[in-house]
Amino acid sequence: MSTIQLNGATHPLAAGTTLSQLVATVTGRELLPTGKPADGGRLGVAVARNSGIVPRSQWSATALELNDDIEIVTAVQGG
Amino acid sequence: MTQTLTQTDPLVIDGIPLGSRLIMGTGGAPSLDGLGAALVASGTELTTVAMRRYSAPAAGSTGGTNLFDLLIENNIRVLPNTAGCFTAREALMTAELGREALETDWVKLEVIADEHTLLPDAVELVEATEALVARGFKVFAYTNDDPVLALRLEQLGAAAVMPLGAPIGTGLGILNPHNIELIVSRASVPVILDAGIGTASDAALAMELGCDAVLLASAVTRAQDPVAMAQAFRHAVIGGRLAAQAGRIPRRTHALASSAMEGRPDL
Repeated sequence: MSTIQLNGATHPLAAGTTLSQLVATVTGRELLPTGKPADGGRLGVAVARNSGIVPRSQWSATALELNDDIEIVTAVQGG
Repeated sequence: MTQTLTQTDPLVIDGIPLGSRLIMGTGGAPSLDGLGAALVASGTELTTVAMRRYSAPAAGSTGGTNLFDLLIENNIRVLPNTAGCFTAREALMTAELGREALETDWVKLEVIADEHTLLPDAVELVEATEALVARGFKVFAYTNDDPVLALRLEQLGAAAVMPLGAPIGTGLGILNPHNIELIVSRASVPVILDAGIGTASDAALAMELGCDAVLLASAVTRAQDPVAMAQAFRHAVIGGRLAAQAGRIPRRTHALASSAMEGRPDL
């Protein structure tokens, strides 16, 4: 089975999945092609793919590849 | 009093006026609800967050809100930090993630040397400051209470320097007031006392020493009554700021009567 690494864990990869679809699945929010949430709010999430930042505007044009290392991060409590 | 001070004495960083000189951290709070109440009670307009892996809200968690939403709802500007970074390289990546996720150029730069002291690693801090400034970040540099290093960070383009009062989470207060005073006296960017604050008088002292603002987290979030402590800090920062501007009396060796000796009745 094709897989990627998602936040340090192995995650199944369906052929043709875009980064945008992955972020939408993980966050449970529908995304516009701009990478912004369809609900008009702010997503508050950033994505690194193989140690490089992928701006949200490029998520929908970025197809995931076998063994990609994806980190999806957000704001949590901290000093 | 609070209103007047808020309107006439904003803290301006990177051209942005902040009505409160109390900057809050969010670490250490047991619940998001409690944290929200404490933040509102503190009157803060700028609050730090850490960048970590996204995890779905736990099933049945109240409100379903997240920290970023909580800050937006309360009109609190967000300051992503680079907590947990040990190298300039990690800090740069974390800062970039924060900028992308939270749509702000501001970053609280923390590059620590080890987990026991949590003290800033000066070498990595200098390297990271220079690189982040070059990439257009507004760097709030968390630094040792070292007047030489603080000035270097300002010269590298830091938007604010944030010397520690004592190591993170210790609540030991301001261990070297003289150094803090020295940092303030030579700085042209805002000086924010960060870390080590234990109670309200520590924050008041920081302001009396001339600091432009105070940043704290644990002192509120880990207090027995975080909302009451947040209110205490709100007042302490205002009190310290007013005192710093009011011109304190000189210290004297001997007493000086405030009632006149003349005109005493013959008793």
